[in-house]
Amino acid sequence: MDLQKFSQLSETEWRVEAFDGMRVPGIIFATEELIRQMDQKVFEQLVNVACLPGIVKGSYAMPDAHWGYGFPIGGVAAFDPDRGGVVSAGGVGFDISCGVRSLRTGLRVEDVQLAKARLADVLFRRIPAGVGSTGRVHLEAFEVDAMLCGGAQWAVERGYGVRQDLERIEERGCMKGAKPMVVSNHAKNRQRDEMGTLGSGNHYLEVQSVVKVFDEEAASALGIQEGEVVISIHCGSRGLGHQIGTEFLKDMAIAAADSGIDLPDRELACAPIHSEIGERYLGAMRAAINCALANRQILTHLLRQAMQEVFPGAELTLIYDVSHNTCKVEEHPVNGRSLRLYVHRKGATRAFGPGHPDLPEALRTIGQPVLIGGTMGTASYILIGTKDSEKHSFSSSCHGAGRRMSRHQALKNWQGRQLVDDLAKRGILVRSPSYRGVAEEAPGAYKDVSAVVDAADRAGLSRKVARLEPLITIKG
Amino acid sequence: MNRWAHFPHEADVGIRGVGASKQEAFEQAAMALAAVVTDPQRIAPLEEVTITCSAPDDELLLVDWLNALIYEMATRKMLFARFEVRLGGGRLNAKAWGEKVDVARHEPAVEPKGACYTELTVKQDATGAWIAQCVVDV
Repeated sequence: MDLQKFSQLSETEWRVEAFDGMRVPGIIFATEELIRQMDQKVFEQLVNVACLPGIVKGSYAMPDAHWGYGFPIGGVAAFDPDRGGVVSAGGVGFDISCGVRSLRTGLRVEDVQLAKARLADVLFRRIPAGVGSTGRVHLEAFEVDAMLCGGAQWAVERGYGVRQDLERIEERGCMKGAKPMVVSNHAKNRQRDEMGTLGSGNHYLEVQSVVKVFDEEAASALGIQEGEVVISIHCGSRGLGHQIGTEFLKDMAIAAADSGIDLPDRELACAPIHSEIGERYLGAMRAAINCALANRQILTHLLRQAMQEVFPGAELTLIYDVSHNTCKVEEHPVNGRSLRLYVHRKGATRAFGPGHPDLPEALRTIGQPVLIGGTMGTASYILIGTKDSEKHSFSSSCHGAGRRMSRHQALKNWQGRQLVDDLAKRGILVRSPSYRGVAEEAPGAYKDVSAVVDAADRAGLSRKVARLEPLITIKG
Repeated sequence: MNRWAHFPHEADVGIRGVGASKQEAFEQAAMALAAVVTDPQRIAPLEEVTITCSAPDDELLLVDWLNALIYEMATRKMLFARFEVRLGGGRLNAKAWGEKVDVARHEPAVEPKGACYTELTVKQDATGAWIAQCVVDV
């Protein structure tokens, strides 16, 4: 990225003042090395978002930002409904409420090493993954609506998990304001056979070892220790969310002109929050958040069953569940006043600091866990929200490594089978239905996740708690 | 003249169809979509599916066409590799031929989530060839 238009405010904060149609400045949190690696399109998209009606304070990009559609991935923007603020389907993304959850296993790395190959095979057999896979849970029409209203709470009531899980999920597992009646039949049909499926692309289930604890107090509060094994799941709202994104992107693109919104590009499709289509999207998007929460909850149930097969008696406890493609209504201080804003996080994680009232009691003194997924061959991280992230980025942090190379280029650079063999030699077992899929997701196609996390830590967006490294990866 | 291609996008995949007519460019764009998932030559055109859609302009119609295919792929668990498109009056009438996903044979790499408006174009180039392209979220 060309840095000419930016002024550097600190080692990790870069600001472009508002010009032309921008209503607010654009701000990127990254080291110089990371920002120089970013595509110029990130700059264009950051600027375009800053032009949207009702945007407050700034258009933000996290250290893992990369070229998305409409909004950059790694983008954060908050809109004030009382100042013509908008909601954008492209600002949330197709995979609504895609996110990560991590669970403690109570097992030591050496225990898992003894049964690693068997565990990999059992997980691959029991966790539906990849294109064309179907879930073990098939929903009738009336059940789809109940799931869309209840999210993970619905799943727990159906026997998928335990009530204690809900305390460790954003919104306590159920997003309020969901409106299943505004979700199309197409979207519901697309989901019926996809409950409890991982999906494909960058989605995964990973068995990880805790290799380094940076913050003993926070780690202790989260119940994690070096040498222990955790398991993380990365996936989203599957076909239902994709279909809702598809439909509203078109509806908003067509309706924008009627709302008096002059879009510099159709991909910025949005609608006033106070409009029929805006409210309809919010109802559908919240239903999709519940779908994602229910999906991860069912996957957790399947994971627990799989673990019983290999490690009878193992108890998996949810550390936390974050969603990183959302629009949520939150209170934030702006110019000394508390405003109720619609905060879009597209490829960005909410990172409430200590004391935030929305955090469960057990986490209120330390802040919200921020779960950062890496790649098959690199580390993942657990971080914690800070007080500072409120003033920096509406309490938001990064969400992953972020791609640095297209799938197209990755396919030219790597062969899937070779990658699987190479990772196995390093002690990482990969199970996937597609070698091509593995090549497209090659660790080298991503930025250095440690550099991204260090930048987020140094910028004060969130604070490092622990570093995890992969033992087994189930790829979709 | 008829061909398809993928073009780079940092997170997702750009798909492009090129044809002597707009219809053919739409057909080739569908081939490019199929190739996001697997090598189209591995897909047998055994089963026929009819697709219709309408939109106020060619670009929105292209996105609708691709999204209709994505929907059929997702709900029927099918992959498609042969297409016949007719356009007129803001409407698209098409037939797509394909088969059920066979994971062992197709090794499907990634599932398209939706076609979006990034790099969206339907136009004729200087040589008269029609180009239909956009980015697909995967």
